[in-house]
Amino acid sequence: MIKDEVKNLLAGKIKNWEVKNPKRVYFEIDKSDIKEISRKLYKDFNMRLSTITGIDNENSFELIYHFGLDKTGEIFNMRAFILDKNNPEIDSLTNLFKASDWVEREIHELLGINFKGHPNLKHLLLDNDWPKNSYPLRKDYKNE
Amino acid sequence: MSEKKVIPIGPYHPLQEEPEFFRLIVEGERVTELEIEIGYNHRGIEKIAESKHWDQVTFAVERICGICSSSHPFAYCLAVEDLLGINAPERANYIRMIIDELQRLHSHLLWLGLAGHFIGYNTVWMWAWKAREPILDLFELICGNRQNYAMLKIGGVRRDIKEETYPVIKKTIKELYPVLDMFKKVVNDDPVIGKRTRGVGILKKEEGVSLGVVGPTARASAIDVDVRRDDAYAFYNDINWSVITMEEGDIYAKIIVRVLEMFESCSIIEQCLTRISKGPIEVEVRDIPEGEGIGRVEAPRGECFHYVRSDGTNRPVRHKIRAPSFVNVPSNIVTVPGYTISDAALTLAAVDPCYCCTERCAAFTKTGQKVFTGEDLVKLSIEKTEKIKKEYGF
Repeated sequence: MIKDEVKNLLAGKIKNWEVKNPKRVYFEIDKSDIKEISRKLYKDFNMRLSTITGIDNENSFELIYHFGLDKTGEIFNMRAFILDKNNPEIDSLTNLFKASDWVEREIHELLGINFKGHPNLKHLLLDNDWPKNSYPLRKDYKNE
Repeated sequence: MSEKKVIPIGPYHPLQEEPEFFRLIVEGERVTELEIEIGYNHRGIEKIAESKHWDQVTFAVERICGICSSSHPFAYCLAVEDLLGINAPERANYIRMIIDELQRLHSHLLWLGLAGHFIGYNTVWMWAWKAREPILDLFELICGNRQNYAMLKIGGVRRDIKEETYPVIKKTIKELYPVLDMFKKVVNDDPVIGKRTRGVGILKKEEGVSLGVVGPTARASAIDVDVRRDDAYAFYNDINWSVITMEEGDIYAKIIVRVLEMFESCSIIEQCLTRISKGPIEVEVRDIPEGEGIGRVEAPRGECFHYVRSDGTNRPVRHKIRAPSFVNVPSNIVTVPGYTISDAALTLAAVDPCYCCTERCAAFTKTGQKVFTGEDLVKLSIEKTEKIKKEYGF
């Protein structure tokens, strides 16, 4: 079972392991381990980063990295919480694989999360004239 | 060494109706670098979804794309069903599969026609679109619309396919086989298509893996992924079909993958029609409890990914959408450089970027009066549907 292999390999690094159904696994990691664990999932298990979901919770930002394992059809959903809402930061995965390039830019402009190490963190979808410090997907965003 | 120059393509693309901006940096005839700017069509659907009722979101996401208009609601419904832990009834699943495969057929034919148009081979364009028309007629017969079918709902489908429609679908599919055979022969044998597409715009496997490309773009580069098989939904596991992959990674491989996939789609629809039996087409869904769910569908362009989270209210608290073109379009950054400018137009189109073809029309007389009002157009549309029904003897 690949699920068990993943769990054993990442033992000590992961919390709240939950197998919601045979094809959907959720777990939480510390945000400082993001690069190391992503590298293992990508290199050792040949997983593909489908996308990243950014969520504005009341007292934190939550990023869910959806890694798909195409061999078995499972999705490993890796949660990382960013508690510092005033200065949200996390490591970029762009030097690991290119798949995270656009989605990190999207999250950066829509949620205001800074991806450390991203080579080109400019606007992707929003106009360059979009007001600074105005992030549409934050819950406190007001549409004027 | 010649001087570097910039050739802009877009935002009003000369060939595609999609606003995207490509900056080609060229040395003489050769492209050395490509920069992509998107966002001209950003409508904020993820944000809109947070202000809509669960059922309304199905219609909102249907309008993301005018071509794969059943893939997005399909993936969304699967995501909500994953959250609830329910499955749609058997008949609903077969109807979903038939609609989805018909959509793949019309989408691939549309792309094939456009590819022909891009290389200046307009006969292919016209023939492919002619072959696509009966499929759109089928859609109009089944759900009253050529696009935006409004067939899906959480827990099932909104409309049944009448039994008297089965023979019409079977006949249309049967008549499509010889047309597809012809296209297969044309693509394989025609020297013009061969010269323009073989060895052009190659996406290497390792680059495709790093970019995370999906769908025919990945399968043409020997990356064997297909959500229909890997994370099988509906009854894709129970019927006979195969995933088409090619080794080359060039535009030619992308055409062949799509042409051969159309044969598989025809076969899937025929098998669905023999297996489908009477039964309910939906399960009742009342409240959406707290939780999260993921739905994936193999759209004509690749994996379409939807994530939803509920806090127990009547609206999603977060709805993440990842359309396949979002990961396929960046592959142009590695496939376009190294080839000539004339190849760029075709290479950029080879990933089948998703157009928003929900254009509206309004005709005015010289004095500024509208020839058709909105109501007139609806009336005309209903008349057309009635006409098609009559043609098929309904």
